[in-house]
Order: sequence, then C-alpha cells, then structure tokens
Amino acid sequence: MNDTSTLQPVRKAAQQVRPPAGEKKVTTLTEHIVEVVSDSGEGAQRCGQSLGAIAARMGNGVWTVEIIPAEIQPPARSIAGASGNRVRLGSGRVTNGGDEADLVVAFNEQVLIGRVRAGELKPGCIILLESMWRDDRDPKIAASYVETCKQLVAEGYKVYEIPMERECRPLITDPRRGKNMFALGMLCSIYSLDLQPARDQITFAFRKKDEKVVKANHALLEAGYKWAEANLDFKFRIPAVRATEPQIVINGNTALALGTLASGMEICAMYPITPATSASHYLSEVFEKVGGIVHQAEDEIAACSFAIGASYAGKCAVTITSGPGYSLKQEALGLAVMGEIPLVVVNVQRGGPSTGLPTKAEQGDLLTAMFGSHGDAPKVVMAASTIEDCFYSMITARKIAETFNMVVVVLSDANLATSQQPFRRPQFSETWLAPPVDQSAVSEGVTPYDWDGATGLARRVVPGQPNGMHCLTGLAHDRLSHVAYDPEINEEAIRHRSLKLAALQKTLKTPPLFGGEDGDLLVVGWGSTKGAIEEAVERLRTEGCKVSSMHLRFLQPLPAGIKEVLQRFKKVMTIEGNWCDRPEDEIIDETNRRYSALAMLLRARYLVDVDCWSEVQGQPIKPGTIYRVIRENLENEARK
Amino acid sequence: MTIHGTECLLRMYEENPDLEDYQGGVPRWCTGCGDNAILAAVQRLCRDEALRPEKTMFVSGIGCSSRFPHYMKTYGFHGIHGRALPVAEGIKMARPDLHVFVNTGDGDCCSIGAAHWIHAIRYNMNMTVMLHDNEIYGLTKMQASPTSPKGLRSNTTPRGAYLNALNPLSITLGVQNVSFVAQAVDWIPEVLYEIIAAAFRHKGFSFVRIMQRCPEWLPNHFEPWLNDPQKTLLLTHEHGLRVSPSLAKVYKNQLQHDPSSLDRAREIASGIDPIPVGILYRNPDVPCYEEVRHAGALRSSEFIKAGLEAEFDKFTIWPQAADAKTRPARAY
Repeated sequence: MNDTSTLQPVRKAAQQVRPPAGEKKVTTLTEHIVEVVSDSGEGAQRCGQSLGAIAARMGNGVWTVEIIPAEIQPPARSIAGASGNRVRLGSGRVTNGGDEADLVVAFNEQVLIGRVRAGELKPGCIILLESMWRDDRDPKIAASYVETCKQLVAEGYKVYEIPMERECRPLITDPRRGKNMFALGMLCSIYSLDLQPARDQITFAFRKKDEKVVKANHALLEAGYKWAEANLDFKFRIPAVRATEPQIVINGNTALALGTLASGMEICAMYPITPATSASHYLSEVFEKVGGIVHQAEDEIAACSFAIGASYAGKCAVTITSGPGYSLKQEALGLAVMGEIPLVVVNVQRGGPSTGLPTKAEQGDLLTAMFGSHGDAPKVVMAASTIEDCFYSMITARKIAETFNMVVVVLSDANLATSQQPFRRPQFSETWLAPPVDQSAVSEGVTPYDWDGATGLARRVVPGQPNGMHCLTGLAHDRLSHVAYDPEINEEAIRHRSLKLAALQKTLKTPPLFGGEDGDLLVVGWGSTKGAIEEAVERLRTEGCKVSSMHLRFLQPLPAGIKEVLQRFKKVMTIEGNWCDRPEDEIIDETNRRYSALAMLLRARYLVDVDCWSEVQGQPIKPGTIYRVIRENLENEARK
Repeated sequence: MTIHGTECLLRMYEENPDLEDYQGGVPRWCTGCGDNAILAAVQRLCRDEALRPEKTMFVSGIGCSSRFPHYMKTYGFHGIHGRALPVAEGIKMARPDLHVFVNTGDGDCCSIGAAHWIHAIRYNMNMTVMLHDNEIYGLTKMQASPTSPKGLRSNTTPRGAYLNALNPLSITLGVQNVSFVAQAVDWIPEVLYEIIAAAFRHKGFSFVRIMQRCPEWLPNHFEPWLNDPQKTLLLTHEHGLRVSPSLAKVYKNQLQHDPSSLDRAREIASGIDPIPVGILYRNPDVPCYEEVRHAGALRSSEFIKAGLEAEFDKFTIWPQAADAKTRPARAY
C-alpha cells in the first residue's frame, strides 16, 4: 500500500508555495520549543546546541537539553536511537526544558516516531522531515516512511517534507554529515535569527578544524536559510531582550569544571563514568593551563583515594563521578571523614540502581550521599539547582571542605550536566581561591585533632609543617591521632565530628520562598527541578492559587528556619526525581509507604506531615506535569 | 665568609639526627615479628640519609605491617585496606617535595589492592614501597593469602591452600614501566638495610618484597631458609648489592646479576628455591608520572585568573550595544 493522497497538501506546502521574500506572515511568540533529532552521528546535537547559542547571542532566553541514546552507535533509523537536542527559546529567562515541542526537525521518520511515542510533541506540532526516504531503494523503508507521514498527518501534525540531503549535495561531498548545518540555516530563517551571529557560532564550533570546513558549513547554513525563506510559508519571531551584561552559555558539567578551576583546587582524580565524564573532559583540556592536574585513575576507589591523599598533603582535591562510582568510593569517604580530610566529591546523578539509566536523569542518590559509608560519617551535602549554581557550588564546596575539614558532596544530575543556559559572566574574586598550603611550624601544645569543644573544629596539620608530625589513621583516635584504646575517646571524637555540621548550619540562611510567605500548599524541591517547579508555581499563582515553593541548596545540614516555613502552609509536599510509593496502589498505606528522599528527611527532622510526588522516567520533570500535580493536590485538599 | 654560631648549631643538629628522632612509640607487633627488623632498617636509613621528619611520609593500608607509620616520628597515613598506593600517589602528586614510603602487606598489596599495585608500577611515581610478605593474613587471624604456598593449612584452607602462590616479583617485573625490583628477607638485617637504601635512592617506583616471619601464625614457615644459607641465592653486582666479606662467608650461594637486564631479572624472579635476595632490576630512565604531569607547579592567583578569564571568553556573549567598549581586545 502506498497511499499518499492525504499528504498532497503537505507536499504542496513545501514545494509549491513560494511566497515572495519579506511578505511572509511572521508570527510573534513569547516562547517556542524546538527539537532536532537524527541518527547518532548526523550532527543533530550540534545543530540544536548552535541554535541555542545563536538565540542566546541574539538575547533570547534559552535552555537546551540533549536527547541521547544509550549506545555510541545505535543502529541507523531506529526508534530508540534518536539523538539530538531540544531547545527552548523564550523572550525572557528560560529555566528548564519545558513541556512538549512546538517544532521538530527530523532526519528520518523512525527517530521521529521515538519522540511521538514518548509524548514529547505538542498536538499539531510542526514537523520538518527529511523526504529522501520516500524514494528509498529499499521498498520497506519507503513504505515505512510513507505510512508514518500518513499517520502523522492524520493525527494532526503539520508535516513539511523537505529534501535536505538533495539540497546539500551540491555543497558537500557527504551530505549526510552536512545537513545539520542546512537545518540550522532553516531554523535561523524560521525564527528570524540573524545570519551573522550564526556564522560566528559555526566559526567557533569548528575552531579546531581547518578553514575549508568552516567555509563549507557557512555555505550549508546559508543554503538552508535561503531554502526556508523561499519555500516555507511560516516564520516566527521571539522578541529578545538584549542583555546589558556579558553572559556565558555553558552546560552544567562545563560549569562544574570551571567552578573547579575558580575554586583554586589543583587536583581532580576521576574514573570515566556517564554522565559525569564530560566535566573531566573539559577539565582535562583546560586545567593544566592554570597548573592543575586531572588524574584518570585505574578505578573509582583509586580515584577517591588519590584525591584523599592529595587533599591530605596539599590543597583540597576533587573527585567527580556518578552513582555507581559514588557507591564504590564509600569506604574511602569514611576514611576522609574519620581523618577529617577536606574533600569535594561531585556526583552527577543518573538513573539507578546498578547500571540503570546511564544517560538519563534521576535524583536517586540523596540518601546515599548523606548516609553512605559505614558508621557515623557526617558529610556536607549540597545540590546544584541551575547551571550557574554548578559553577558557584564548587567554589562554596571547596571553602566549606577546607574550613570544616569535611567531605562535601555536590549533587548534580544528567539533566543539568548536558543542559545549557546563559547566565551572568562571573566576576573573578581572589576570595574564591584556596589559600597556599600552610608550611609554618606547629606551635608547642597544638595537637593534630585540637577539637574545639563548641564547634568540633580543629586546625589542620599538613605534612611539611615542623613539629606537626603525627600518623593520620582510619582507626578511632584521640587528639594526638593515637589509636583510641580508651572507651571514651571514640565517643569524644564522634561528638566533635558531628558538631561540625551544626557549626556549619549556624552559618546558613533560611532558603527563600518562591511565591507567597504562606498559603495552601508549599512545594519543596532540590536539585535540577528548580526551574520546572517555579514555572509551574508561577502559572498557578497567576491563576490565583495560594501555592509557593522552596528549593533547598543545602541538604545536610538543613538550614535553620525551615520548620517555621513549613508550618505556615496548610499542606507541604516535595516534588522529586526519585521513587516514592503511589498511595493509589492497593497495598500501599501510611504504614508501608516509602517516601521520596527529601520528604522522608523533612518528616523525620521537623515532625511535619510532608507528602510527596515523584517521577522516575529518566526525563527532566516537565513544568506542565508539575502544574497538573499541584492542581490536583489543591483540589483534593479543598474537597477535604 | 663568616658563619654565625647559631647557624652552625642548627646545621649540626639537622645533619646528625639520632635514631630516636624517627622512633615514634613502642611497636605493638608480636615478639619475633619480622616487621620489627624492617622498622629498624628504615629508621636507620632515615637517620643515615638525615631525612627531615616533617618532609617524610609513611603511607600504609590495613594489616599488621600497616601499623608501621604509627611507629615512625614522621608524618604517617594509616588508611584503608588495599588503598595505600593510590593514597601515596595523591600525596606525591600534590607534594613532590615529600619523601614517600609505602608499607603494605601481602593481603593489602597482592589481594584487595592488586589493581592499584599493577597501576602504581606503571605510574612509576618516586616512592619506596615495601611489601611485608609473611604469606599469611595476620591481623584477621590466619587466613591464606595470595602468596601462601599451595598446601598451606590456614583457617580458610584447613585442608591446605588450593592454588599455587602468586609471585609478587614476577608480576611486578611483568608490568610496563617497572623501574626497580628487589627482594630482601627480614633475617639478614645487613642486606635488608642495603636493599631498602638502594630502593630509596632509586628515582621511581621502588618495589621491595621482604620475606617476613610471622611467629604467631606460621612460626616455622621460613625455618628451612634460616637454617640453610644455601637456600638463599644472593644477587651481587657492582651496580647492585655488595655484601660484606663476613656475610659472603655465610651466604656462599651467590650470583653475579646485572640489574639492568630485565629478561634475566624475570628468570631469576621465578626461582622459589633457593630464593633470590638482592636487586633484580633497576632502570633509572623510566619517567616518573609526577614529572610527566608537572606536579608541584607554582600557581599565583593572577595565573589562575588569566586562565579562567580566557575560558570565560570562549563562552561569553557580549552585550552588542556595549560591544566595542566592554569587550577586551582579543583575537579569537
């Protein structure tokens, strides 16, 4: 069967309607969500990222999210192999990837089916589809293409079939690899973006390649732009507000790496693990330029131990990993706690347990971060909630680690890791940097663990300091670092190590509220969900709902004043990317329900009833989903 | 040139340290434990080399031997089981100015920490590693270790160890970038000292396996070697170990071995009876990882700032109106 009749109007739109330039109807929008999807290796990611960067250069708010298959080279034209980028463009600031897409560029119909099935496309979404498959020599492929087009049209999508490869062929020897820039050109035309910043972006993206490559890509960009101008019957404009200050556009992992640089840390020990590794890739490229070292260790345990050794003997070091690696480091982290060695550990969370969802986001490691290792092992746990936060968290983490001689865990996740968002270019400050390693002689009477009775703090004694010689040990020890044979010494040491968290807590401010100071519902979140939660809360507040949100940056210790905030709301719930049992399940009740991590913590700490809602589908939680969840909760509460 | 009296005194003090300057408390090892002999040799070495205690670092894992740093009056790091080497590597990378020694046991190094051992050889960082090998787990009370000979009865092998013992010398000599391998025994103190001293003086990862008696769990294990000097093959060479005439009289079973020959070293390493004692291999030309990576580079805040700003520049979008005014003149 090869019935194409229903596609006729679509083909007409693409091929026959040629409105004279400048007379196209331009629709003004406040925001739009664009996806570019292809087989792996066809450059859809570069196309999407470039679009984000160009729009940001023009002054638009931007958030880009990578669409990543689990394999490096998944089979071509496979539904699960979709690789690409989602770009949310807005007039104002954009804080998350948004809901469903408004426009999709797809290089084949199979990767597109993947996005349709995942429910990622808005009803009536515009689809720009590579049309070469219609005439494919393999009748199965041609049939699949035709059938898919038919269905999409039947479902109400606006399908534009575009001969992208054919148009690229005169310009490049391998059009399969060049059409991403052709697509970029089309998108620039569609969104009324200037060509010059687009050319600049391409020059930057291919800065390591020779000039021929840059020129070829410029030509493809221009061809795509011209083609869209001549052949497409629609055009959008998203008014931009030009920033008055310089902005930087990076993803969360690059921000973590830049934060490492800015913190004055000098050694990063790591072992490759998705989705954390790209932070180390970037760090490997730039760290040596400022005298730093990235050590790729033989395994996660070695990476952690290496960082502990480096930290113990010099400036605070960092180890960067993801969930499975974080688990492997646990025993070594206990040693750092016991020896009071400053250390920064980054966990870019992914779906778990076990290998789980290596390339997808989840917030499943909060409790492990807090209570991991064995025995009483108090650690500081922070969670970055924006790209900008990834940068500054590293500076703060290093400072806390060295001030309190503690392990500081910085949680990020796969969503922040690969998403890009512009933020104000940081202004360098000397105070970011670690002080030089103290090599002065230790005064008479000072012991290696000179715990202060009130705060538990002790000054750190570093190798090289005369008169400071002692043997650091993972065994229970006294103030001299001598093995504790006296039964009371162990308790004394545990007490002091625990006090340090309280001392840090005294310096933390109560997290600000988003929305009103009191009301019907307070949503509490942590980590990468901040933008989506606040967007949903904002929407509900404009509709008159008395809902607010609070986002926690410090999870351990929890800042003071939170209980008072919780008590000002009729209901409190968390929204998290980790599992909680669904109350509607038959055998789930109050006595056996497993709560989401933060909900459990808040309930335990404040004796306040805290409900929770969670989603663990590996995707960033959408603001629209959160909006519906909050609405339902408010309605249920009203009915009570 | 005049020298002030106080300076003179200071120099005299620093250059003539006593053994006591390195003795950090009374060892709690069993009477007759081979660890005591290793401790004595190391303290002597520190004194003879006049190592500054604050610049000297002993790193260990877990086990009887890993208590070693507690008994030195230097800096010590008594860490976790199997991870002494990566901790020591981190220390050396952060502080190439420190003298780093590692004390590890046959369980610590060859079993739980085996992965780190292999890679530490390849990194070839400048440190002296002593494998205290008593062929048994001591602290956990007599379980077979990877170096326990086949047939050895222990609490986990009551009918005798099932497998052939792992040979730490052959393994070390088989890894890329190996630069120093020697074997010593705790019951010949003179040779033990000479070998540890040679290991210390070698620039690179110096690996010394020390056969060491455990009087508690295997009291007669090494008796045949103690009683019969012929069961010890002394490796001597003008570029290797040189022994005193009195010792040479006792240990007549000697072999001239040039430690620059890796093939020959591998051949000798595979011998179990007689056991080779001496320097099997030495190659001073293998690059050290900390030097390859330029560890210890001095950094100023201006240097970091410049590097950071250059990175920011790569990702910066400049406000277009103010372009000409605020944008620093830089070629992209």
